[in-house]
Amino acid sequence: MPIQPVFLWTDVLIYVLLAAAVGFGLYASRHEHLRTPWRQVARRPMAMAAAVVLAAYVGTGLLDSIHFRERLPDQTQYSAEVQSVLDRLLHPLRARVETTYSAPFAATAYAKETVEHPDGRRTREYPRLRYGGAHLVDAAGATRDIALRVVTASATALLAWAALTAMFVLAWREKGQAFPLAVRRLARGDSPVPWRTVLVTVGVLILLVANAGHLSLYYHVLGTDQVGQDVLLKSLKSVRTGLVIGTLTTLVMLPFAVLFGLMAGYFRGWVDDVIQYTYTTLSSIPGVLLIAAAILSLQVYMANHPESFDNVVARADTRLLFLCVILGVTSWTSLCRLLRGEALKLREADYVQAAQALGASHGWVLARHLFPNVMHVVLITVVLDFSGLVLAEAVLSYVGVGVDPSMDSWGNMINSARLEMAREPMVWWSLAAAFLFMFALVLAANMFADAVRDAFDPRLRK
Amino acid sequence: MIAYIIRRLLYAIPILIGVNLITFALFFFVNSPDDMARIHLGVKRVTPEAIAKWKADRGYDKPLVYNTDAPGLAKATDTIFYRHSLKLFVLDFGRSDEGRDIYYDITNRMWPSLAIALPTFLVGILVYVTFALLLAFFRGSYLDAGGVVVCVVLMSISTLFYVIGGQYLVSKLLHLVPISGYDDSGWLAFKFLTLPVAVGVVSAIGANTRLYRTFFLEEIGKDYVRTARAKGLSEARVLFRHVLQNAMIPILTGVVVVIPLLFIGSLIMESFFGIPGLGSYTIDAIHSQDFAIVRAMVFLGSVLYIVGLILTDLSYTLVDPRVRLE
Repeated sequence: MPIQPVFLWTDVLIYVLLAAAVGFGLYASRHEHLRTPWRQVARRPMAMAAAVVLAAYVGTGLLDSIHFRERLPDQTQYSAEVQSVLDRLLHPLRARVETTYSAPFAATAYAKETVEHPDGRRTREYPRLRYGGAHLVDAAGATRDIALRVVTASATALLAWAALTAMFVLAWREKGQAFPLAVRRLARGDSPVPWRTVLVTVGVLILLVANAGHLSLYYHVLGTDQVGQDVLLKSLKSVRTGLVIGTLTTLVMLPFAVLFGLMAGYFRGWVDDVIQYTYTTLSSIPGVLLIAAAILSLQVYMANHPESFDNVVARADTRLLFLCVILGVTSWTSLCRLLRGEALKLREADYVQAAQALGASHGWVLARHLFPNVMHVVLITVVLDFSGLVLAEAVLSYVGVGVDPSMDSWGNMINSARLEMAREPMVWWSLAAAFLFMFALVLAANMFADAVRDAFDPRLRK
Repeated sequence: MIAYIIRRLLYAIPILIGVNLITFALFFFVNSPDDMARIHLGVKRVTPEAIAKWKADRGYDKPLVYNTDAPGLAKATDTIFYRHSLKLFVLDFGRSDEGRDIYYDITNRMWPSLAIALPTFLVGILVYVTFALLLAFFRGSYLDAGGVVVCVVLMSISTLFYVIGGQYLVSKLLHLVPISGYDDSGWLAFKFLTLPVAVGVVSAIGANTRLYRTFFLEEIGKDYVRTARAKGLSEARVLFRHVLQNAMIPILTGVVVVIPLLFIGSLIMESFFGIPGLGSYTIDAIHSQDFAIVRAMVFLGSVLYIVGLILTDLSYTLVDPRVRLE
């Protein structure tokens, strides 16, 4: 085989999560009480637009979660470098490394350097970049060149989008409906699911991707960082980190929160006392401090046991997973408390009493009668927590107890931006890129979460 | 009431013991004192003698929980657990790994923390309640809908951007106030504190305004509000006299609990604005891997949080006469 697959811990958990999500989707589609609220979510234009953006992020994250090692040219050994599919796709960006900072779309370097001319003269000038705008004869012609390329890329993107829309309309129109009529219906927004919004969002995304993709073959669209790496590449690589923190944390804490919360409310008595004591104790430690303490301990452990981690990627991955676990430990308590309250109410419900009278075992009652009835609480918490966790990653990385400094993450980008902002002229693009990518993800997640909460929370149902 | 407070304080003891055990396990079981010494002295090329000396200087050379060599009661007291963990209960924080007295540092540095956290807290509540009332007053209108959208947008921005953006805009472009620093006297203190307080308030504006708005809207739908309107009260009077007072209960739940934690300050604000409070103290300790300080701060944070919970219960009796603490 030319490649050897590598399974990092977080990769495996992401696949588990994906399988769980698909499983839940199938389950929900076969149960009317879950299908109705989802349908309600699907009818909100904002939620659907957010879902498209989220899907783009998730797609990027998934591509970045399939890791492998390439076989070296000598055909006997595999490369030590672990790559992901996304790395492979973005190879042009990875290969084009400048010496240091350069502004977005720049053709010349960020700072003046002494250049020695062939005739022996020395001048202080902005040297041309190795890759950014290297095809230009004269750096001053960059604006015209960029404008031309934007026009071609946009035109191609629009064509692709039109073709996609046409295909969608063909599949979507009612049987026998004329094509132009169907297009007009779509344009009017005459459908229960706001397909118009979805298609417009997809169009905007295609436009952005096409332009960024085309231009970054010739320029550094978001500039380069201190070691000359493309900032766009770093931002894209950070997507996975953000998503992992936002989702795996929940996956880690969910079983404990659900099991303990339901057990505390259902059994009461000493079980309740023990579980309440546990979560009160854990929640009384301020979250950041507990995370700091745990990460510090892990750092010391890693420094003293370097033999347990065979490469940098595995090491950073272990730390990421541990961060998810410890974030889960600090965040399961609120959900547990909520579920305990729900279980206290539900255990008095008629159907639970009936099941008990018929001799159902505790395990059966918990799994078949209590769990399905608190599912909405779990779902709402999961989607609401996501954006908070993505934001927390940035803060923790800034404090120094977040992901590994070698890992691409928005938090690390912001962290390094502190020094960059103090430079003259200011290096603002790393910060701006981290801001844009994070903001789009968190905003989409917040809008989607709102729609899910409105649809699933029985108290908000009209 | 007194009996209730005493009982709550007694309840706090097992919880604090739990916290104590967790921190002890995190700091001494996961990594032995030898590991810590090696980190501080540099992992490579470190002699056993240097490790032994490092441990002896800081009292980490004792057994963890049970000292078989010591006579009598000292079997339990002459241990790391007793000396470094149990003593936290009497606020004896010991010395930092650098050798400084942690208790002295904490009592000195909590005032700058408070100087920035308290104004942020008070101004914050005022601003959030005002905005939320405004949105609730115009509920269902475009102003309300737009306000909620703005809130969602604002809460999607990381605190870090508010800090960096605020520093850049106010200090670097407009030169209104110094970019960071601290002074505890008069006008200078005011100049230094304005920006961090403003940034602190603004960064939480989206989430809190939206939250308080839902509290107000929940109250507005209740029967007593309808009665008040039926009596012919003006909408403003209904909001201020009735809705505001009753919505104080859910607001207090989230607000009172953080009051004691104001002493610890905010990690981000203090490190960005160079304020010599407990937040930056903690950050420095994290960066220099000073376990003694982090351990002390974890314990202190838990104590303050539990005090906050008790205060929350007491505050209910102030705003809700139906609540009786037995």
